[in-house]
Formats: sequence, structure tokens, C-alpha cells
Amino acid sequence: MRRGAGIGAIKNKNLAQARYKDKGTEIAEDQFSQMTKQMEVFKKNLEDFATKHKDDIRKDPQFRLQFQEMCASIGVDPLASSKGFWAEMLGVGDFYYELGVQIVEVCLATSHRNGGLISIDELRDRVMASRGRNSQDVSLDDLLRAIRKLRILGNGFTVLTAGSMQLVQSVPGELTMDHTNVLQLAQKSGYVSKSQLIKEFKWEEERTRRALEFLTKEGMAWVDDQGGSERLYWIPSLFPDVKSS
Amino acid sequence: MDRFEWCDGNLYTGEQLVEQQTGVALYDGQEKTAFEIGILTLTTHRLMWRDHRNRSCVLCVPLSLVVYLEEQPSGFAKSAKIVVHLSPAPSQKAAGPVSSSNQSFVRLSFREAGEKEASIPPRHRPGIVGIERSLDQRNKQMNKNISHAFEDLSKLMEKAKEMVTLSKTIATKIKEKQGDITEDETVKFKAYLLSMGIPNPVTRETHGTGDKYYTELARQLASMLAKPIEESGGMMTLTDVYCRVNRARGMELLSPEDLMHACELMEMLGLPVKLRVFDSGVMVLQSQSQNEDEIVNNTTALVTEQTSLTAEELSQLVGLSVVLARERLLLTEKLGGVCRDESIEGLRFYPNLFHSSEV
Repeated sequence: MRRGAGIGAIKNKNLAQARYKDKGTEIAEDQFSQMTKQMEVFKKNLEDFATKHKDDIRKDPQFRLQFQEMCASIGVDPLASSKGFWAEMLGVGDFYYELGVQIVEVCLATSHRNGGLISIDELRDRVMASRGRNSQDVSLDDLLRAIRKLRILGNGFTVLTAGSMQLVQSVPGELTMDHTNVLQLAQKSGYVSKSQLIKEFKWEEERTRRALEFLTKEGMAWVDDQGGSERLYWIPSLFPDVKSS
Repeated sequence: MDRFEWCDGNLYTGEQLVEQQTGVALYDGQEKTAFEIGILTLTTHRLMWRDHRNRSCVLCVPLSLVVYLEEQPSGFAKSAKIVVHLSPAPSQKAAGPVSSSNQSFVRLSFREAGEKEASIPPRHRPGIVGIERSLDQRNKQMNKNISHAFEDLSKLMEKAKEMVTLSKTIATKIKEKQGDITEDETVKFKAYLLSMGIPNPVTRETHGTGDKYYTELARQLASMLAKPIEESGGMMTLTDVYCRVNRARGMELLSPEDLMHACELMEMLGLPVKLRVFDSGVMVLQSQSQNEDEIVNNTTALVTEQTSLTAEELSQLVGLSVVLARERLLLTEKLGGVCRDESIEGLRFYPNLFHSSEV
């Protein structure tokens, strides 16, 4: 009997729906004001934290790493905006943004020599040198994070992994697996030759030629015809001794 | 009190200053003395007290007489004290302020704090062990600080996590248009997300509606960069812009994301510079006056003049970065002005004879 189908029942139903909707709005509003409140609380917490540990974050790479990882695990990017709480209160933003600027400068300054390919260790040494002696320690993780941030400014700045080594590519252009394999092989001595590649990777002549020519063309490899029986391709980014220059 | 003797306040040879504290009063046992405000100096050999006003009034007692120290913490209307128990005065002793006293201790009243520093037991002469010990202590302190910091960090992150969860529910609400959240609140909500660094589709979708911060930033960048861009041939890569802007700022640096957002808005705001993305993915800020045809014509003319050009050569000719010079050549090639010669020596461009010569 309760499921009446008269006009009254329809009206009732409409009324009930309207009420549900009201309730929904109310809940949403509640949540919103809750968020506003929580935001205040959080801001306060962060302020307290900042007064206590701002220096720790600035000075201790280990602590910085921990902080970044925790942020990542809850899905927060403290470096997204310079107007964010994290950047404003903890100063983490400036640290990484400045690092970004220094990375760009180092990469530009060395690109004529290495074709825009630089090993992360050399990059770190050079960045540290440009920062001066009294600045905070910079870990590899810091560098990688700063580089990742730079990536959205056009498709320069990629981190390549070649074997145990990480290289930073600062010019646009994709390196294929073949190219990184060449770089990996060159790590041992700084150079590679066609026969080495053919022996190591069992590539055909043509494939080897293409890979080497690409690297030469992009300025990432240098040709040496005086190295004996065969043409050698040196990778300036991997020169061990130029680091100190 | 009878152990004290007058002295000139100068250090003996080999004597070193350990600690100094102002605002210290001397008590003979429980009794106050005339020595009320003075500077207490702990040296490796002696405990010295110098009157605050009458600088020539200096008392000292050799540390060899000190038997034992006792601390009395400060209380209500009472300053912290250190009780110095002394062994009987030696028979031959320089003249002091008091010739005899039946008290075997004096009290040092620290009216301006500092009792902790002064109470370092004088027996701890610095030696290798002492140094090691202090290093050890410092390390412990540091580790404690760091683990404290980690603890605080975890707590903070716990809070942040709550915020993220909450913001997600609200975001879905907004998306589904459930519960009518007003325009005002949406803007506020977006600001929250931005402050927290929470990536959210809501923020991106409604990009054009004009976030005040970004529009302001876009205007600021445009007015700041218009001239340098013009000077460097009408274009500047975003990485260059990033370096330039942040070097100019020095503090409160811009994040790459902020820069990007601001640049995306430039065209919509009708500013004199705008963002342009090349096919290669290179992004530049380009001045609005820059005319594509003009670039193509110029580049073609230059290539014809030099018979052939690589990106590097062009970059030196016109004072552009190599990346941009290459983009110019590629653009010109696309529109038929030049054609390429790809060899191991790199990419070289020649005039497009099909286009120019009348065969």
C-alpha cells in the first residue's frame, strides 16, 4: 500500500529527492569548511616544523631525500609551485630552482665540447664549483630532481642510464637504445670502434655505422683517425681527465 | 670566604680562560657579602670575581681549593646558585677581603643565568679523552636532533596525507557537480591545492579562467623579457628564460611549472611575447612582432649568401643559440627555402635551387 502511484506520491518523491540533494550540498559544504579548517591547522604545523627544521632540510641531503620521498608517497609535489606552502615556508623550492639554473648553465657551457651530453658526476662537480665552497652539499638525488623539474621546459634535459653511469642530455633529440649501448661500451676507455661494437653486441656493420654516425653528427662523439688500424670514436663526455679542467 | 685573596685579575702564564659570566653575586656561606654584582671568570687555574663597577676590585680562589660543586636551581624570586665547597685555607696566603670565616663554602648567585656553563667541573682538563668525549657528545646531540627531525617530519606528513585524502573527495565532488560548490569556493579550493602541491585535474581543465597569480606573472615576464627577446633575434628558449628570470630574481625563484603556466597564458592575454612549441619539442618565447615569413626569407638569404650553413655557423652569424638556429633552418626547410645535406659532419643546409633558380 505504501507504493502509491498518485499525484501525492510523486510530490512526496520529489520532495524527498530535493531533501537528499540539500543534504548532499550540506555534506559537501561541511567537507569544504573542514578543509579550510584543516588547512589552517596544517599551515600552523608546517610553520612549526619550518622554524625547527628548516636548516636541516637545507643542509642535510639525507634529510632532504627523506622529505622528498615522503611527499612523493602521499602524492604531493612540494616543488610544483613557488607559491606553495612548502616552497615558501621550507625554502625547498629555491634550493631546487637555483640548482636548476646552475645545471642549465653548466650544460650550456660544456655543450660545445660534449654535444650536450654530460656525465652526472662531472655535472655535479661543475655545479658544486659554481656554487662556491660555502654552499650546502648537493646529492645526486637533488640533481636528478632538479633536472626532472626542468624537463617540462621543452624536451631538453633527459637523464640517460648507460650501464652503471648516468648521463644528462641537455639538447633535444632522442637517443635510442643503440646509442646508449655505444656510450656504455665507451665508458671503459673513453672511446669505441666499429669492430669493438660488432664483437660486443653482435650488431651488423650497417647498424654500427648508423649509431656511430648519429653520435658524431650530434657532436657527442669525436673521430680519431690516428688511433691505429681503425677509426676510433671518442666520447668527450666520458673523458676521465677533462673533469678537473 | 677567607680562602679568597686579592689579585690583579691578570692571567698567569699558561692559564687559560674557560668561561665568563656577568651578574654574579658572592655569598659567604648563607650570608650576603658586599660583592654583589660582578663578573665571574673560570680559568684553568682559578675562579675569579671582578666587581662590576670597581674594576680594580678582583678576588680569586685557586681551583686546588675547590672540593666539590653543588647546584641549586633557581626558584621563585631566587636566582640559581652554585655552592662551592672549599678546603681550609693554606697558612701562607695573600691578603683577602675576609681574614677568617667559619663557613667552609661560598655560594655563587647567578642573577643573569649562565650557571650551567660555569658549573663544568674544573677537574675536566682538556685532554685527548676530553676532546673525544666532547666530540662524542656533540655527535649524540646531532643524531638526536636528526632523529627528532625525522620524527617531526613523519608527523607532518601524516597531516599532509589527511589533507590529500580530503582534497580528493572534494575534487571528485566538484567534478561530478554534486553539491553545488560556489565559484568562489572552487577558486579557494584551487588555491589550496596549489599551496599543497597536489596535482589535480580540476586545476588544469579550467586553466583559461585566469588564475590571478599566473596572469600577473605572465604580464610581468612579458614586460621584463620583451626587450631581451627582441635583442636576441626575437626568440628565447624557455630554459634560457628560466635562467634569466631566476638569476634576476635571486630570491623567491620561479618554479619551472609556474613559468610554464604563465607562458601558456601569454597568447590569450595578448602580450607582446608568446609561447611557441617547435616540432622538435623545443619551446621558446617568441616576440609577437616576429614574422615567420621574414625569418624564412632572412634565413634563405643568409644561406644563399654563404652558399651553405650549419646550425652552428648560423648561430654565430646571427647571434642565436645553436638550438634556435637549428629550429630556424628546419622551419625554413619546411617551407622550402633551403634543403639539407646530411652527412657525418652534421646537418648542413644549402639553398633550394628548385625554388630559386629558373630552370
